[in-house]
Amino acid sequence: MYHWDFGILWTYRALLATGLAYTLLFTAICVVLGLLIGLVTGVGRLSKNRLVSAVLRGYVELFRCTPVLVQLVWFYYALPVLTGLQISATLAATLCLSLYGGAFYSEIVRGGIISTDRGEIEAAQALGMRRYQVLRRIVLPQALKRMVPPLMSQSIMQLKNTSLLSVLAVPDLLYQGQVVAHETYRPLELYTFIAIAYFLVLWPVTLWAKRLEFGASVAEA
Amino acid sequence: MPLIEVSGLHKSFGGHEVLKGISLQVMRGQVLALIGPSGGGKSTLLRCINLLTVPDLGRITVGDQAIDFDGRRTSLPNDRTLARFRASTGMVFQHFNLFSHMTALQNVMEGPVTVLGTAKTRASEEARALLDKVGLLERADVYPDKLSGGQKQRVAIARALAMRPSVMLFDEVTSALDPELVAEVLTVMRGLAKEGMTMILVTHEMGFARDVADEVIFMRDGVVAESGPPSRVIDQPRSEAARAFLGRFKTEAGRRAP
Repeated sequence: MYHWDFGILWTYRALLATGLAYTLLFTAICVVLGLLIGLVTGVGRLSKNRLVSAVLRGYVELFRCTPVLVQLVWFYYALPVLTGLQISATLAATLCLSLYGGAFYSEIVRGGIISTDRGEIEAAQALGMRRYQVLRRIVLPQALKRMVPPLMSQSIMQLKNTSLLSVLAVPDLLYQGQVVAHETYRPLELYTFIAIAYFLVLWPVTLWAKRLEFGASVAEA
Repeated sequence: MPLIEVSGLHKSFGGHEVLKGISLQVMRGQVLALIGPSGGGKSTLLRCINLLTVPDLGRITVGDQAIDFDGRRTSLPNDRTLARFRASTGMVFQHFNLFSHMTALQNVMEGPVTVLGTAKTRASEEARALLDKVGLLERADVYPDKLSGGQKQRVAIARALAMRPSVMLFDEVTSALDPELVAEVLTVMRGLAKEGMTMILVTHEMGFARDVADEVIFMRDGVVAESGPPSRVIDQPRSEAARAFLGRFKTEAGRRAP
């Protein structure tokens, strides 16, 4: 019978707390950057300029159709060789996860925009609005409301994806947990703790997302 | 000099030619009604006048702005020119197309505030005056989903008027309404005509066209088949097609109110 000893968590609390902080910080940065990239890409893909929309589409498909773990490793090992620029694991990870998230966010943004009522767009044009005004005043305010729930669930994925940073030795929650596990020979306690920690962070967020989704569907009706 | 002048207008969708060289003129303060069977090109013509649909060939003049289409143009005139052109025409749509995330008042204020840069307080005052004019001042703070079809259409008319357009374009504005709501919209339009607003309307309301229009154009298969004062085009159509079309309206009207 295995003798559980969760006491070691308290001993290594500082290390684990740093890990959690890293995870949350990385998530925040990658969500914000990803949203910006996603907004620009989502709008850009609707551009009449074929070259712009084709390039952006290529980016989206590339990141959607390769595993994020492969991307992370590639950004860290291959990108420096390709560009001749030495980048830190942290930077490679930030870049990669933001672009990865941006690809998915952009699809949500694009979907939100193209689902806007054609008639309202025409009415705005008929008033004499320029293209950016139609987007800013009519399309985006309505699309954003519809986009919030899927953007939330994608952001939840973003947080979970940060656990992959541990392969690049970025000291996130999972990586710190592994360090402690190696040191104490207590992997079961550590991985249990890590799972619970992720859950406790994400569960309230999913509940919140569900409420927003409900709100959006009520507003729609 | 006419306020609106359309000459030699052609438009095709795919291989199908919807407008086959339309020319017309509207003087300031005149009301022109476009009638005719569905698919005859009436709505396309109307949408070409404010460039929501871009013609292939021809010339459109509204006031002192003229745009030529030479058949080789592959893209629209630039965004700014287009926007300025459209701002001088007020369009009212069959399906209202109110901005669903804005109240009635905000819908009416939107054009002046965003396009003309009018201060919000002034735009709000003017919008209230316009809502009052269409009889909906007490519904100012209501969102479109809480308005009836007739109310939506009256808000849409106020929204178009807020831009102080030199001409109002009405695209089958009562076709999507329940029959009992048609009158309230027509009353507003009648009022506008009486004030001397220049109007072009696509309509199936023959009685209204006869009362309000100074000129009627009967369109069929992308051409002007007949034109003239309503007393002639509606009451004594010359062509067989117009007679058949209008005859159907008379029997329908007869059946509806025996």
